[in-house]
Amino acid sequence: MTWTAAGVQLAHFWIFGAIAIASALLFVTRRSPVAAALWLVNTMFCLAALYVLLEAPFVGAVQVLVYAGAIMVVFLFVVMLLNLGRDDARLDLREPGVRGAALLVGLLLAVELVVASRTPAEATAPLPAAEGTNVVAPVARALFTEHLVAFEVTSVLLLAAIVGAVALARRESPASRGPAVPEGPAA
Amino acid sequence: MIGASLFVSAVLFAIGVGGVLVRRNAIMLFMCVELMLNAVNLSFVALSRLHGVTGQVVVIFVMTVAAAEAAVGLAIIISAFRHFKSADLADIRLLGG
Repeated sequence: MTWTAAGVQLAHFWIFGAIAIASALLFVTRRSPVAAALWLVNTMFCLAALYVLLEAPFVGAVQVLVYAGAIMVVFLFVVMLLNLGRDDARLDLREPGVRGAALLVGLLLAVELVVASRTPAEATAPLPAAEGTNVVAPVARALFTEHLVAFEVTSVLLLAAIVGAVALARRESPASRGPAVPEGPAA
Repeated sequence: MIGASLFVSAVLFAIGVGGVLVRRNAIMLFMCVELMLNAVNLSFVALSRLHGVTGQVVVIFVMTVAAAEAAVGLAIIISAFRHFKSADLADIRLLGG
């Protein structure tokens, strides 16, 4: 049995797809919102890998930066701000089993990083680095010509979202509460 | 591989829908919506291999809108949490639902 490039790619696809689905199932079934958010981050990383395998590496990078990096951090901030993951399923790092697992994962990552940094560049998989501009350029061309109006409208949307979020989440002090702000009915 | 990604996308979307229907925590509900958006994004990227780069552009727009939605939605949750002292959707019944 010979390993064709397409076959290896498909195998990788199914591996990452299976991890994504398993993480999503764990995400939905967790009781603690913090654990659920971390499983969702795992799902998003696997989806970024799938994007790279689907020849959309720019979207994969944006997925890691925006979704896993920014949006999920906001979710975790809010979970911790509201103190929701309080009484159940808090990870106790003092248990020896958890410590051992953390040590094992850390060592594994360290070994992998050392091996990856010591591997000569020829031996690694041939990324389309020589035509690196061709990865982003088609997306950018479509974004800034065909969809320019939508792109500009997006900036207005983001501004409105910022203003709305600040206005909604602001804690009202009694001094600033004027007659223009109607009191909600007490529930 | 496009068929495979559509399958993964459908499964993830179904999981997200199930989460929205089952979970009662408002933040969990939002995260399930994010999962559904991600599933749709996977479909867009997979089909952009067939129909050109527009799918990837749409994915970038979806991410932007998702970020805006998360910011406003979480602000609403914080504001509701201050008022009701709970993030459980069963406790928020201002309209008598």
